[in-house]
Amino acid sequence: MSDLLEIKHLTKRFGENSVLEDINITVRKGEVVVILGPSGCGKSTLLRCINALEDTQGGEMLIDGEPIVKGGKNMRKVGMVFQSYDLFPHLNVLANITLAPVKVMKRDKEQVQEEARELLKRVGLSDKEKSLPRELSGGQKQRVAIVRALIMQPELLLFDEVTAALDPEMVREVLEVVLDLAKQGKTMMIVTHEMQFARAIADRIIMIDGGRIVEENTPERFFTDPETDRARQFLNTFTYENVHKKEQ
Amino acid sequence: MDTQVLQEYLPLFGEAALLTVGLGAAGIAVSIVIGLVCSLVQYYKVPVARRLVQIYIELSRNTPLLIQLFFIYYGLPKLGIKTDPTACGIAGLAFLGGSYMAETFRSGLEAVDRVHSESAFSLGLNRFQTFAYVILPQAVSTSIPPFVANVIFLLKETSVFSAVSLMDLMFTAKDLIGLYYNTTESLFLLVVFYLIILLPVSLLGTLLEKKVGVPDVGD
Repeated sequence: MSDLLEIKHLTKRFGENSVLEDINITVRKGEVVVILGPSGCGKSTLLRCINALEDTQGGEMLIDGEPIVKGGKNMRKVGMVFQSYDLFPHLNVLANITLAPVKVMKRDKEQVQEEARELLKRVGLSDKEKSLPRELSGGQKQRVAIVRALIMQPELLLFDEVTAALDPEMVREVLEVVLDLAKQGKTMMIVTHEMQFARAIADRIIMIDGGRIVEENTPERFFTDPETDRARQFLNTFTYENVHKKEQ
Repeated sequence: MDTQVLQEYLPLFGEAALLTVGLGAAGIAVSIVIGLVCSLVQYYKVPVARRLVQIYIELSRNTPLLIQLFFIYYGLPKLGIKTDPTACGIAGLAFLGGSYMAETFRSGLEAVDRVHSESAFSLGLNRFQTFAYVILPQAVSTSIPPFVANVIFLLKETSVFSAVSLMDLMFTAKDLIGLYYNTTESLFLLVVFYLIILLPVSLLGTLLEKKVGVPDVGD
């Protein structure tokens, strides 16, 4: 497998405050990389940098060997799904999905609509194409957002805590769609707090803390026998085995 | 109330109403253009121009239209710029209305969540496409109610046009009262004509709000 994304010595600061420090990541085609870490560790900022939504203060990012720049043509190779429901509220589901392919790729509208319907069917939302975003549940909105990103045929898909704002029951339906994409061999970088999902989907886990990579490991190793104390400490916050209601 | 007098005055008020509507519409049209330009300058934080717009807005909002008209009508000729009453009325209304429209449009633009422009950008839309297809339609629908309020406000403000000898509704009423002392009839017609002009605007505004507020599905 060849390298799709290469990040070398990436540094990102907000003013004096360093958010990402010397980040080095390589993602191969077809790989699913899950990024874990405590809140505010810089993992969402990392995805935003890869999608050229942030200025960077140092280092280099290459997609298919070409540098990532704001507004660059190669940015079409990167698609992103955000944490908050970001569907355009004035457009219905179908129009939300077809806007970019028609306006950006100048594709034929009918043809794009056909493709959009096909994708909607795959995520189980065939009957919703005429609905407005406000008529959908959180999980449905995120599934539409995924379709909207997919139709641009990105080579790399970024997921930024796509289930963080969802009710537990809706988390599943969205994660199923992401799992399905993994089975199809899509290259993805996923920021999530769903540990079991991370373990199931990831080819590789990268843990970030304080703006630095603290551990990079296979999911099996990371969740059973992490190399660093920091990772162990982090994973412990997700278990309640050592918590007792009463003093024994 | 003397119906005979009402009948006689009717055509005079009709003519005056046309002037009020004509100048009002022209002034409002120009103020929309000024407002759009100023709001975009502020929204995109254009350096220097942004400061100038701020100064204009404060100057325009915090002085009465009557004084603005006096300045244009009596002040500008002293600086060598000739103005006729019609141009003066339109310019005055546009000067005042421009700032109100600018603030309305700006708040509409700023009410659009940042994540929408980010996701548009991430889908590959350029700045112009993002503005045209994502930001503007949302901004327009939130701007409609204050926009309609501005239009009504500006149409009512035309009542000070009489100060620069424009024969609008107010001028006609005052003139007739001065000449014939038919105060009741004149004031009655004045109110009726303002209502005839403003009620449809108000109703149209409500309809517009319903139509645009609930976005039309599709493309």
